[in-house]
Amino acid sequence: MAEKVLMKGNEALAEAAIQAGCRLFFGYPITPQTELSAYMSKKMPKIGGLFLQAESELAAINMVLGASAAGKRAMTSSSSPGISLKSEGISYIAGSDVPAVIINVQRGGPGLGSIQPSQADYWQATKATGHGDFQLIVLAPSTVQEMADFVGQAFDLGDKYRMPVMILSDGMLGQMMEPVSFPEKGEPVIPERPWAACGHGGKRPHNIVNSLYIEAKDLEKTVVERYKKYDIIKKEEQKAESYLTDDAEIVVVAYGASSRVARSAVNSARAEGIKVGLVRPITLWPFPVDAIEATIPTAKKYLTVEMSMGQMVDDVKLVVNGRAPVSFFGRTGGVIPTPGEILDEIKKLNN
Amino acid sequence: MKLISGRLSIICGHYGTGKTNLALNLARDHARMGEKVTIVDMDIVNPYFRTSDYRKILEDEGIEVIAPVFGATNLDLPSLPASMYMAFEKEGTVIFDLGGDDVGATVMGRFSDRLVGVDYEMLYVINRYRDLGATPDGTVQILKEIEAVTRLKATGLINNSNLMYETTTEHIEKGYEFVKETAELIGLPLVANVVRRDLLPDISGSSVIRTGEMIPVDIIAGPSFLD
Repeated sequence: MAEKVLMKGNEALAEAAIQAGCRLFFGYPITPQTELSAYMSKKMPKIGGLFLQAESELAAINMVLGASAAGKRAMTSSSSPGISLKSEGISYIAGSDVPAVIINVQRGGPGLGSIQPSQADYWQATKATGHGDFQLIVLAPSTVQEMADFVGQAFDLGDKYRMPVMILSDGMLGQMMEPVSFPEKGEPVIPERPWAACGHGGKRPHNIVNSLYIEAKDLEKTVVERYKKYDIIKKEEQKAESYLTDDAEIVVVAYGASSRVARSAVNSARAEGIKVGLVRPITLWPFPVDAIEATIPTAKKYLTVEMSMGQMVDDVKLVVNGRAPVSFFGRTGGVIPTPGEILDEIKKLNN
Repeated sequence: MKLISGRLSIICGHYGTGKTNLALNLARDHARMGEKVTIVDMDIVNPYFRTSDYRKILEDEGIEVIAPVFGATNLDLPSLPASMYMAFEKEGTVIFDLGGDDVGATVMGRFSDRLVGVDYEMLYVINRYRDLGATPDGTVQILKEIEAVTRLKATGLINNSNLMYETTTEHIEKGYEFVKETAELIGLPLVANVVRRDLLPDISGSSVIRTGEMIPVDIIAGPSFLD
């Protein structure tokens, strides 16, 4: 294992992308994501890569589409309002079946909102990142180490399924510093992209990367094929961490930064003898249905904690499907819940 | 622990090396020794984990806080308050917490004329574990950039090598060797080694660390929910 260093989450995302073989970064600065772009701007030129500050978020995401279509690993990053601007391009990327990694270091919304951490883009990331029938794979890190680890996984998943992958982080994880290590794996193995439009040299037919279909039936066929792929992903790629859930009568469900706070609260509640556990979704899409399902036999009540007005709670309810009450606690606008507040909610449910 | 010798103490360094946490600890320690302390948050770049976030803790200790009006608010507005001029005329000890790198430290350049003929010290904080592949040469380069924009000369180096809660005495010792090498390259003294308070008994007998005081600190700056 390589020596640990102290990094901001944003820097860890950037370094991990470079180590995953990404040499093309297109971005536009926005707080609280900017350190990622700044890191890329310093490092990329030194290693023969490209850092490009585009004229807008729209330009940046379309550059990612172009680079990916030409067969290269490419990435962009932004924070909530910037992701809204990128949504058209993200839809085009999904419709073109090309991989790409998109980072959202969430801040408070709607509108320009606040620059403090938030999780209010869950619906956007998992259900409505752009127009049309499509999904992104969405990974939710909860530590700076996971920020580093998930970037390589995101590139690999994107290549495996030929689709965009989002890392849904937040201002807290982006800005906080924690020890992190980058395993020495040597040169990353980047799969061939035989479909890439990178010049055929007269040796093969044209590759076309495109999201426009003139015939409705052709488009329907393509979308249906894509959804068969989504079914495989839903089966194969769910990920969650289950913490103290074996005998849990109260199951807290939280992801990302709020799962850190929730874990503190679960520990305090356990110290008081309350049978409570935590399910932490790591893939937000595909939603970790199996991990929630596994808690059903002991669970009497569920509590979803988010830094929003309640978005993931809908997915929890869909899995629990009336078999136990699902309640919600959240702070929004950039306010981070305290362990004490969550502990109070757990105690209320325990009565 | 008393570290500051001058009336005006300027803490500078690469961003994320622990300047703010050190400044908060020093301000608190000096205030508890009965000194009148003013802390000046000069960071107009970074919106998170900054001195003014800890205003209440500081003011409860009787420390005066001077900070950008829009610091830690929703406005990314890099403006300075008029009260910053008063910092140079305060009685007692004044600690300046600069922003990171040359970009964050630029603000101090605006006030460098106030320091002509004044007894000040500028301490350059180094965390050997802050960057992948950090070298003494690169660390000297960052200081030179900070000195150029602040129009001030550093007076000493501080070894703040740490991995936050995962720091061991070995990290501090390895950091010491790194900072010592940096100090020799640039011709400045290594004035102090910063040690998380619970590690102080173990590090006190170190045969590696031969120069600089040991400054015990608590982790004040950082997320409050870490388990």
